[in-house]
Amino acid sequence: MFLRVFTTASALAIITATSAAACEIGARVSIVGNEFPAIQTVGANAQACTGGEVTTNLTADHQKINLPGMQGNPAEYTSAIIANSSIVALMNDDVIRPLDDLVAEFGQDLKPNQLVSIGGQVMAIAFMANAQHLVYRSDILEAAGVEPPKTYEEMLAAAEAIRSQGLLENPVGGAYMAGWNLAQEFNNMFLGFGGQHFKPGTAEPSVNSEAGVKALEMMKALSAYMNPDFLTHDSNATNAEYRAGNVALMNMWGSRAATLVTVDGVPEDVKNGFAIAGPMTVGGGDTPASTLWWDGWTVAKNIPDEEAEATFKAMLNGIDPSILQDPEVPTQAVWLIDGYEPTPAAIGVFEAANAGTIPYPMLPYMGLMHTALGNELADFMQGDETAEQALADVEAAYTAAAKEKGFLQ
Amino acid sequence: MKHRTFFWFFLPTGLAMVLFIAAPIVSVLIQSVFAPHEAVFVTVENCGPFGCVQETTIDQAATQELREAQPLGRFVGLDIYLDRGHLALAEMGEAWRSSDSLGGFFAELRDLPFYGAMAFTLTYTFVCTPLLIALGLVIALAVNTLTQRLKGLVIFFSLLPMIVTPLVGSLILFWMIDSRGVLGTFLAYLAGDPDLSLKASTPLMWISIIIYGIWSSAPFAFVVFYAGLQTLPQDQIEAAQIDGATRWQQVRFVVIPHLMPLVTFVALIQLMDNFRVFEPIVGFNASAHATSLSWIIFNDLGGETRQLSAAAATSVMTIIGVAILLSPVLVRTWRDFRGKT
Repeated sequence: MFLRVFTTASALAIITATSAAACEIGARVSIVGNEFPAIQTVGANAQACTGGEVTTNLTADHQKINLPGMQGNPAEYTSAIIANSSIVALMNDDVIRPLDDLVAEFGQDLKPNQLVSIGGQVMAIAFMANAQHLVYRSDILEAAGVEPPKTYEEMLAAAEAIRSQGLLENPVGGAYMAGWNLAQEFNNMFLGFGGQHFKPGTAEPSVNSEAGVKALEMMKALSAYMNPDFLTHDSNATNAEYRAGNVALMNMWGSRAATLVTVDGVPEDVKNGFAIAGPMTVGGGDTPASTLWWDGWTVAKNIPDEEAEATFKAMLNGIDPSILQDPEVPTQAVWLIDGYEPTPAAIGVFEAANAGTIPYPMLPYMGLMHTALGNELADFMQGDETAEQALADVEAAYTAAAKEKGFLQ
Repeated sequence: MKHRTFFWFFLPTGLAMVLFIAAPIVSVLIQSVFAPHEAVFVTVENCGPFGCVQETTIDQAATQELREAQPLGRFVGLDIYLDRGHLALAEMGEAWRSSDSLGGFFAELRDLPFYGAMAFTLTYTFVCTPLLIALGLVIALAVNTLTQRLKGLVIFFSLLPMIVTPLVGSLILFWMIDSRGVLGTFLAYLAGDPDLSLKASTPLMWISIIIYGIWSSAPFAFVVFYAGLQTLPQDQIEAAQIDGATRWQQVRFVVIPHLMPLVTFVALIQLMDNFRVFEPIVGFNASAHATSLSWIIFNDLGGETRQLSAAAATSVMTIIGVAILLSPVLVRTWRDFRGKT
């Protein structure tokens, strides 16, 4: 964890050279965010500003530290790079400020769909869209004589074909690490089966349903074609498996897919066979078994106005259209920035958006549901419990947590 | 020492203890009996890159008023201690009524987060502690017989597991036991089962973590015992040798009794440390198989929505757990002390 922060920081120091237009700020800027290539680009370009110190802390553990780091007065972090899931925690505790005044003053060049407004107030500026979608090995699928799957049922059949012909032992990759990742894979599948996490208009859970059971059964069926250590694999580990040539089919984030085979040491056949497609559906449904995401940045509430202004300017510089001139950058994400031309790597996320994928719900209590799912579903995946039992446990764990937080009476 | 002198002598330490030990514990206690206010929801229109939807959000203005009226939150008494995430009394009663056998009851109990964590924590504590004391003693006795020239080098290498940061140490082992790692492949070869995965099996994962625990803590026991061995009275050993005691008898009847106070000390410290087992669970990504109270606290604080009150309640329960574990040793020490005066 610490090593990663350290290497990220030093990598950033090296690539800050790719500066955008001149940017002059008058106060300190401190950014916290997730670590993947697109966010590293934004952070590096925000650091190109002069006149005030711009520091970044980009780490996979950003959501553990962003709220505590913004609750103090003055806040340690002046900006948090968040997604539609993680903005909720910052909204719940009221630590980010409305941006309408700053948008009016400095943000004329922002596109209307970049402004994330909640109840009529702009609370975040989105800069990229993201979704999980199919990544596969065209060479292995060809050798097995199967088409790229459009549904999870076809994915199972393709996996069986690949295994039975002895091409790969565990052809399916999945970020099924117990915790956040496992819960997210459940969310995808659950929404694909038409499930709803909560009874409409309330904070009452409704995951223990037919859709929930079917979603779990599909995940269990897929896990039979995964590396047996799947409950310890997050997206980094799943990518490593793909790069090593051990995986032919996986559901992967758009933001990670593009750079999947560009690192050193990836074998030629993995590079050449690399292919991307839209998200899959499941159980005969029309809605893809995936969720739509945006990533954006916010400005802290508990900071002086000059720091807020400096932060806004620096972050604006981080997502300046000129960053797209670096040939690497357009492939890193589906940018919402003016002047972005979709690359072939963006097809997965675009198909997700066009197919009517449901955006990840921005509900105050969704975070607790996600945590409960992440803690309780591993028992089912290991075969210690039935799907109904595991889902009943999820609802019980969620209810206890929601009562504590005052979401349920 | 006069009481007056003692008072002034102890005052700085006492103040530091109140400030850094007592005050945080009191703050955690208070936190654990208060919960956040009931949220006031409003439905608003949220717009973003994917269009506009009507969604529920928290009414900050209304919540602000509640917060100002009661800054600590709402008082919930022991509710959090008794909910499903902690002692889960209601769920326990339900499990007792619904299960027809004792085995079924315990299976349902282990499904509750607190009891699942206790099952692993207590197993870890009571397997690790005696084994690491025994291993530490063996290393200390072995190193003590080495020639002076070798000692420094061997002591340094024996201390390495303690020098390596626990998280890093467990990560290294985690990669080695991966099904594609050095140890993982070797074990699969030994077992003749290419699909063998330590990380997919609960018992094997428990064993791995326990082995890690012994490996990382044995040097502590070794250092303490080695220091103790330097004070061993040579005349007693010589007397035992003249009486014809074997090496084992010397160890059993002279060395171990001499080191007994140190064994108590190491046991105390290690019981306390092992009960708070945390790093290996994170390092091994083992939360699907093994959890501990410390891991539950970490998890409560690490989600997108933090549960401070739940984490505080678990912290208080950890303190109580450590106190219960240490009570037999403390009582014994107290009796020894009284016996001497």
